[in-house]
Amino acid sequence: MDALITTSNEPKLRKVAPMQGDTSTQKVEKPSLSIVLEDRKATRANPPKANAENLNFWYGTNQALKNINLAIPEHQVTALIGPSGCGKSTFLRCFNRMHDLQPDTKYQGAITLRPDNVNLVGPETDPIEVRMRIGMVFQKPNPFPKTVFENVAYGLRLRGVKNRTELAERVEKALRGAAIWDEVKDRLTDSALALSGGQMQRLCIARALATEPEILLFDEPTSALDPIATAKIEELITELRQRVTVLIVTHNMQQAARVSDFTAFMYLGELVEVDATSKIFTNPSKKATEDYITGRYG
Amino acid sequence: MATTAALTLEEIRKGLAWRKQLDKVFVLVGLAVLFGCLATLAILFADLLQQGSSRFGWDFFTSFPSRKAERAGILSAAVGTSLIMVVTALVALPVGVAAAIYLEEYAPKNWFTGIIEINVTNLAGVPSIVYGLLALGLFVYQFNLGQSILAAGLTLALLILPIVIVATRESLRAVPKAIREAAYGLGATRWEVTKDHVLPYSTGGILTGLILGLSRAIGETAPIITIGALSFIAFLPPSPVTAEFPFLSLEWLKSEFTAMPIQIFNWVSRPDQAFQANAAAAGAILLGMTLLMNAIAIWIRYRFRKKINW
Repeated sequence: MDALITTSNEPKLRKVAPMQGDTSTQKVEKPSLSIVLEDRKATRANPPKANAENLNFWYGTNQALKNINLAIPEHQVTALIGPSGCGKSTFLRCFNRMHDLQPDTKYQGAITLRPDNVNLVGPETDPIEVRMRIGMVFQKPNPFPKTVFENVAYGLRLRGVKNRTELAERVEKALRGAAIWDEVKDRLTDSALALSGGQMQRLCIARALATEPEILLFDEPTSALDPIATAKIEELITELRQRVTVLIVTHNMQQAARVSDFTAFMYLGELVEVDATSKIFTNPSKKATEDYITGRYG
Repeated sequence: MATTAALTLEEIRKGLAWRKQLDKVFVLVGLAVLFGCLATLAILFADLLQQGSSRFGWDFFTSFPSRKAERAGILSAAVGTSLIMVVTALVALPVGVAAAIYLEEYAPKNWFTGIIEINVTNLAGVPSIVYGLLALGLFVYQFNLGQSILAAGLTLALLILPIVIVATRESLRAVPKAIREAAYGLGATRWEVTKDHVLPYSTGGILTGLILGLSRAIGETAPIITIGALSFIAFLPPSPVTAEFPFLSLEWLKSEFTAMPIQIFNWVSRPDQAFQANAAAAGAILLGMTLLMNAIAIWIRYRFRKKINW
């Protein structure tokens, strides 16, 4: 059965991504790509966990993001796609203020986090407070050269968890959540650098999950991994949406199609189109999106 | 099939043979230069060993200087040098590492920190006698530390500070950005990133830098002559460990001292030929100490590389 697209009754998403025609009754057309889209129940957008509102961003004088408006639905996976240099990673990194580590960067506008309406990129908001709430998994697996256990426990220790039993419980829970517990449960005191690339990346996911972030950001999490490790991570991401809101940047369109509920297409620092993933990949409303997903550029 | 522009196979082979010859010539030149340097060091060391051979023995290590060459030993000089090195290491390590952390992790990149950085690097090239003069004025007279082990240790610490700072900065910089981002991403503050990650992962490089600095300091003569090392000392500094509470004493810091290079200089400048053997033996021991420290530095680096490879 084709996935029904009923996003039109979600005012927030509608505002940022006006759709042509009444999509709730529109039938999804035959896939123009040889991508098998998963039959998802959840194509209705949940209420947004975060809203980007007129977000602009500059590296020095170079404007990398132009007036981005996007709602990130809670407990769903939103994918950011687009050609290299389109600003998708830049946009992702606004959510945990990673740009603050570089000199000469500037935010304008807002990313409002629900339910307390904190502006994540506001100058009044402490970037460390933001990073305490929003986790990130990076492009290349980057475990600390410490033990497996200490990698996952580090975020908890930063949050003042000292009790050994509690640490052990929460580390186990995070490792189970990242589907790596069975592989490392006998190697918790081994160096994390002894793991395989795919295991390292799942360890990094566990490390981010341990602190129970409200949003988990993935910056091309499988680009350094082989296909089998990639498949495991993708499966994990689709499961994660029950626990956390996921925002993922990917170069791989099939990956976006496989793991995400919503897909946003960015081009030259602008958000071109956002819609349910099945809609984006079968019946995009913008020409640029269609050109990109059919491989005409990018 | 070959176009007019392409080389024939014969031409390719001919040209290649010549270019490979050049390659071999460079290898030969390189090897010759390398062995030339190593041979000089080896001959020097062997010469010292041979000249001083008559003096190697337990007595040489346990005797104070003496007017009779065959009864003279390096006890006070070796103890003096060791204690000075302890002070130097204890001062240079925290100060140098703190300075490097500030410059690398905290300092904003502007013209002011730029000038500081250039100056730190240039300090490594300041002649050691200048440090000696500075220390004489500052430590000996201004701070009234006298001609003491403390003053000597501080002087040499000053001397090797640039080495420690540069080595520390390099190993801090070697910690990948991805690791820092991972820690920041979990909500760590700058200090937490530094103390939990950057610093522990660069310990190998920092210790290596410190030891290389110390192995430079151990042979320095000019600055400690300037601040007034004595060349004839027939007593040891007070012991740092005492019988009464609190069992530790810092009196040794105030003690007058002599050091290995001073002792060697003293012996060499004597007309009596017998003292030349003493100088050679002490020189060999000093060189041995330096090589041992370098070996430790290499071993530490190897250990850490094995544990952490990015």
